[in-house]
Amino acid sequence: MMTNNTALELRRVNKWFGPVHANKDISLSVGRGTIHGIIGENGAGKSTLMSIVYGFYQAEEGIILVNGKECLIDNPQASIAAGIGMVHQHFMLVDTFTVLENVILGVEGGARLTDGLTKARKELLRLEKEYSLEIDVDAYVGDLPVGLRQRVEILKALYRGAEILILDEPTGVLTPQEADHLFRILNTLRDQGKTVVLITHKLREIMAITDNVSVMRRGEMVAHVATKDTSREHLAELMVGRTVLLQVEKEEATPGKTIMKIRDLSFIDGEGVLRLKKIDLDIKAGEILGIAGVSGNGQSELLSVLGGIDRPSAGSVIYKDEDITNSRSFNARNLRKIGLGHVPEDRHRSGLILSFSAKENTILGYHDSPNYNKGTTLDQNSVLKTCEAYIEKFDVRPPDPNLNASGFSGGNQQKLVLAREMENDPDILLVGQPTRGVDIGAIEFIHKQLIEMRDAGKAILVVSVEIEEVMSLSDRIAVMFDGEIVGELDAKDATETRLGLMMAGVKEDPTSEQLEENKAADS
Amino acid sequence: MIEVKSKFGSPAKVPAWVNLALIPLINLAAALFISGIVILIVGDDPIQALEVLFYGAFGYADAIGYTLYYTTNFIFTGLAVAIAFHCGLFNIGAEGQALMGGLGVGLAALYLDFLPSWVVIPIAIATAAAFGAFWAYIPGYLQAKRGSHIVITTIMFNFIAASIMTYLLVEVLIAPGGQSPESREFAELSWLPFFHDFLPMPDTPLNVSFIFALLLSGAFYYFVWRTRWGYEIRVVGQNETAAKYAGISPSRNIILAMALSGALAGFVGVNEVLGVHHRLILDFTGGFGFVGIAVALMGRNHPVGIFIAALLFGALYQGGSELAFEMKTINREMVIVIQGLIILFSGALENMFRPKIESFFKRKKTTTAARA
Repeated sequence: MMTNNTALELRRVNKWFGPVHANKDISLSVGRGTIHGIIGENGAGKSTLMSIVYGFYQAEEGIILVNGKECLIDNPQASIAAGIGMVHQHFMLVDTFTVLENVILGVEGGARLTDGLTKARKELLRLEKEYSLEIDVDAYVGDLPVGLRQRVEILKALYRGAEILILDEPTGVLTPQEADHLFRILNTLRDQGKTVVLITHKLREIMAITDNVSVMRRGEMVAHVATKDTSREHLAELMVGRTVLLQVEKEEATPGKTIMKIRDLSFIDGEGVLRLKKIDLDIKAGEILGIAGVSGNGQSELLSVLGGIDRPSAGSVIYKDEDITNSRSFNARNLRKIGLGHVPEDRHRSGLILSFSAKENTILGYHDSPNYNKGTTLDQNSVLKTCEAYIEKFDVRPPDPNLNASGFSGGNQQKLVLAREMENDPDILLVGQPTRGVDIGAIEFIHKQLIEMRDAGKAILVVSVEIEEVMSLSDRIAVMFDGEIVGELDAKDATETRLGLMMAGVKEDPTSEQLEENKAADS
Repeated sequence: MIEVKSKFGSPAKVPAWVNLALIPLINLAAALFISGIVILIVGDDPIQALEVLFYGAFGYADAIGYTLYYTTNFIFTGLAVAIAFHCGLFNIGAEGQALMGGLGVGLAALYLDFLPSWVVIPIAIATAAAFGAFWAYIPGYLQAKRGSHIVITTIMFNFIAASIMTYLLVEVLIAPGGQSPESREFAELSWLPFFHDFLPMPDTPLNVSFIFALLLSGAFYYFVWRTRWGYEIRVVGQNETAAKYAGISPSRNIILAMALSGALAGFVGVNEVLGVHHRLILDFTGGFGFVGIAVALMGRNHPVGIFIAALLFGALYQGGSELAFEMKTINREMVIVIQGLIILFSGALENMFRPKIESFFKRKKTTTAARA
């Protein structure tokens, strides 16, 4: 019978948030012992659906069957009882507890903690062995790298007897190598008969690991296919509803002169931590320099120093042959005036004022430009016209200059920021995470804009944690690890493995240039 | 092809009148309802009390004069608290700033009365602004540069201001041979004209400060929403990280917003000292600075809203004293209870009805959009 090999089944699940129909008539069947991918753009309803399965939300209509039996899942406890475990995108761990303490959190088993701990330790060691999830159970979670923390989450779910494991965007914070390791673990789990549901928007992962894939678009399930019968292009098309270009189309770059020369740049943050260690970079006109790296390795600090938000602690920044490091004009406001555009990494925290209208966001950072001021008065008319022009050119939807920034989707918010920073005609553009949280359709557009700018002879620095994005956009790639540039290579020579190793801090054999430097340092 | 955008998480717009009028009215109604219950408990007729209150505030020319005179103070302090709010600051110190503003007015009027009227009055107004601004500048500076929390420092500065005033009035500025802590009366040339000086109406404390307050409300709107400086203050208030990213200095704007806030609060001194008492006295601020917080909250930091809220509180002050006078079981304290309830509902409990009302209107809007 079907039920014997179906671990999880959803029948016509419907969920509304107020007037928003977040999940429309979703049916899904996940085979036992398979890895099932659920793919879709941001806002397609993937997370909502999984929250229903995990009992955070309840569906208004539809039923959930676990192992062929109908289950009422109205809270996470019911879901755990049914054998469903969830690994969240943001880990739910207590940093100051050990792995063991974290795992038994909530299932301590009795008033005396020691009993529970002893029992849990035995069980945990067994699980580790069975699924090759090596981890020191007595290590403090706060000391563990991200990849291992995720393992703790998986162990937590397994310890609670999960037969079906749901992972929500599990690779967002991992290096490619860590991601590969995770995939190996998932494979082991599958081989041991567990069922894995993988939610992601990354096509690469779907192709690499899943057996079957379901595609969601605008709250609907648009396709169920076996992974071996599909392709990245086909899946992308299903997700977006039209053909998309996955590869950035671009000509060979013709680098001009160096617009920004960075030498020995160091930065110590407010807590006294050395975040940037002697960075050397040349950002050239007509070229895109990509910075790859796992997030938190100094990229954000690099952007904020170059953008004039934080002052460097040592080293120099030479802009158009002029050393501006110690000049009074080395601040965000003046840099904009002398031709620097900056698309920040986090548009919600920095790039936009969410409670302001699109119109008012159009002038953020440029609000004292004579274009927008008539004497003491802000020229509403000119601001509105500028905003309308941006909306038109960047195809922002809905095209409403008076809508608050929070009312736009991620991609459209990003377009608003990009429009502002690009249309002020900078000579150098810093871009942090150009497409974070942006739908595939908009990604294509944003990449095209960046290439066009490059071809117009502008210098562009792109920082991204998406290794694919760095590889396809950049002409040159520098890799950051722990505040250092561990290597720089031509995009043509970059492979995912090479970059991945560098992202983990492995330096390549020193080139002759570096050897000379070392000699100079030694003597 | 029109696509109804109904993506999860995107807020639909709520009509402006709901935000500016309906929600404050519902809050007010709730406060009055609870007040009614309290009045019922002490054994009086709530409806009659409401009638007396309303008549006391608006029923006759004198009443209106007094109501508007109180309203003037509330406009000043409401605007003062609002400008700080726009910069993300909670200025609890309007009371102390108003006192210092009054001190500035007093000093100018006492020591410059050899000058003609048209010179003394503008100077007195300017010193009110300068003294108030200075009194708020210090907490602003400490917040911006030293991270001392503005709420703590402004509260402290209220006490310091009160002590300074007491000292000066007892030891320095006291009228020669006077028995009570107050200065001599100012020369008449420095008095602000009363409304009853040029309008056929009974004698009330209502003076031209009221017009000044209305002009300031207009200026407030222009400054906050129509100039780049107001824009910067709002950016800092909404999101300091974004401000830094945009090259807008949070500390500069914090100091600026506080100084402006203090100057606005200082104008209470103009109304009270230069307009009504014509001498420096103790405690002329009478809690107007604190009520200003409620006024700003209720008025949603917008001059029009602030005017309406100020009028409401002006009416409560005036109608409330009438009520205490007219109805035997309702005393001054009971009036304060009613005021407190209004502050509670429109300030502290502001978000009690808001989410429900907003979601009602959002739903209504989206369904009509979906039908279209």
